[in-house]
Amino acid sequence: MAVKKFVVGNFDDEAVLFPAVKKVRRAGYKIHDVFTPFPIHGLDHAMGLRDTSLHTAGFIYGITGTTTAVSFITWALTVDWQLNFGGKPFFSLPAWIPITFELTVLFAAVGMVLTFCYLCQLAPFVKKDHFNSRSTDDTFVMALECTEKTNEAEALSFLQSLGAKDVKVDYKETGWWLGRYDKDTKRFEKKAEAVH
Amino acid sequence: MALLRYESQVRPPLVDGNKDYHQVTEDICRPVEAKPSRLWWMGFLISVALLIFGIVSVTMEVIYGTGQWNLNKTIGWGWDITNFVWWVGIGHAGTLISAILLLFRQGWRTGVNRAAEAMTIFAVMCAGQFPIWHMGRVWNAFFVLPYANTRGPLWVNFNSPLLWDVFAISTYFTVSLLFWYSGLLPDLATLRDRAKEKWRKAFYGVAAFGWTGSTKHWQRHEALSLVLAGLSTPLVLSVHTIVSFDFATSVVPGWHTTIFPPYFVAGAIFSGFAMVQTLLLVTRKVLALEDYITLEHIEVMNKVIVLTGSIVGIAYLTELFMAWYSHVDYEWFAFKENRLSLSSPYGWSYWLMMGCNVLSPQIFWFRKMRRNLLVTFFMSILVNIGMWFERFVIIVTSVYRDYLPSAWSTYYTPTIWEVGFYMGTFGLFFTCYFLFSKFFPVIALAEIKHILKRSGENYKEKMDEVEGETTDEFGNKHGHDHGA
Repeated sequence: MAVKKFVVGNFDDEAVLFPAVKKVRRAGYKIHDVFTPFPIHGLDHAMGLRDTSLHTAGFIYGITGTTTAVSFITWALTVDWQLNFGGKPFFSLPAWIPITFELTVLFAAVGMVLTFCYLCQLAPFVKKDHFNSRSTDDTFVMALECTEKTNEAEALSFLQSLGAKDVKVDYKETGWWLGRYDKDTKRFEKKAEAVH
Repeated sequence: MALLRYESQVRPPLVDGNKDYHQVTEDICRPVEAKPSRLWWMGFLISVALLIFGIVSVTMEVIYGTGQWNLNKTIGWGWDITNFVWWVGIGHAGTLISAILLLFRQGWRTGVNRAAEAMTIFAVMCAGQFPIWHMGRVWNAFFVLPYANTRGPLWVNFNSPLLWDVFAISTYFTVSLLFWYSGLLPDLATLRDRAKEKWRKAFYGVAAFGWTGSTKHWQRHEALSLVLAGLSTPLVLSVHTIVSFDFATSVVPGWHTTIFPPYFVAGAIFSGFAMVQTLLLVTRKVLALEDYITLEHIEVMNKVIVLTGSIVGIAYLTELFMAWYSHVDYEWFAFKENRLSLSSPYGWSYWLMMGCNVLSPQIFWFRKMRRNLLVTFFMSILVNIGMWFERFVIIVTSVYRDYLPSAWSTYYTPTIWEVGFYMGTFGLFFTCYFLFSKFFPVIALAEIKHILKRSGENYKEKMDEVEGETTDEFGNKHGHDHGA
């Protein structure tokens, strides 16, 4: 986590953003991130992001739930304390299907949401920089990470030529820190040091 | 203008008016950012008053026992469990709209899903109260959980439908809450970034979990929503199935039928949609959201109501036929004497149920009626009354006369505390709904923006050009000319 330098372009239409993302990548710039007010299908592929494995995690949580339910009930009702319900077998699996199913769903859902929050680093009191507060409203914000080799002026005019409005160079914190949005707290405020 | 996804011009727009992304944000955030109106305060205070009445009623019951309710020797489940099943049923529409319609790619869900999901959560909260307080010694309520206790440990009965209920309803509540809140995150971030006042920035800043709208986050968010929808779909069907098992696995005449699970699920969707209509008709009017919850949305939901109402009707008739066809005396007696016969003590409730649930929704076969707001509102109330009576009929008419005529009950009427408890859950429900509509966006902002360019009225008009052409014209213009 550090304060880095970015070239930021704001787009007001996803139809303009899409070809721009492709051209920016072809030109060899490193896209730090694109912030959008709503999910844009295919943008992740255009940016070259790999598919998420959240589904797989969900599946694993789900079968954990299934095994937990079946093994626990089996142990409780056949080993630990056998109870005779109307002369039925102690191991009465069909009657356990509802609870097994519910626990499968519960484990999968809770596990996935927690994993989602962990992967995206989302939690109460987490604060992050996202370049433009309109990016949760109607603006699509593309942030290019500057390295020593980056020619800022070139990058700025390149973004402009692709249809970005309001392009600028900005210094932002890349990670997250604990803080409140009504207070201007930052963990890393050594902007001067970050300048290359 | 390149369209990212094509949608037929034949489909009516889902967002009316000339909207762009910013306008959508403005429209939906306005009620949240404005000062609460006098109407809001009135509604809120009435709800809180009802809630207080409910709390007093429950306190009476806790102090003096379930005897405070007019339950008697054969009617152990009266209003209390009727209300439980009724509220759980209402709590089904939200997840149906948000999960099943997401899987079916129904674009119209975006206008109504957020409010419907909220309604689901509040309804399940209300439903949960009834079995809990019905326990009587409520301080022992945790006995229903399988924890290692000092009595053996003596485990709970995992073979019992009542325990399945504990798991089903708590899972349903948890998953609905997670689904709802994970969907809310981006919209809360919008409110946070628009906030001017200090408290708003702080409140929505905490609530939005630091959401930024990063593409990677959206990708994961989409995956999460899809899988949660996939999980919630069988879940929502399982919940009312398990509630119906409470009845169906018993040997009480009128309950012991295999048709209960699908019949209960259809009824749940039926009553849930009716409650969604009641709430949204008011919400869209008061918050001026007619452009987002359009007449199309109302009409589509009315179609669901007439469909599920008819399924419920067929279930009633099947149940009746089977009672007669089975040649089981007790079963047939429960239907013929306790329900069908108008001269029996509760005959009226059966016919009230039939009238409200089966006959009255048939009015929605007419397009004019489906699109009439007044009729829709009236019908939504009627359906909810009907569905309450369905549960009342199932419970009371089956238990007030059991196998032993000497144990037959006299007429059962609820006490003020029984009614008060029910009213109290209305208070709880509406208090929550009023707070929700004040502090949260009642329409899924990001999702509306997602469909705007396919289904917005102003964008639809631009599609005319393509749709107006015949296939030949289109082919001539856009096809490759291989000849000459």
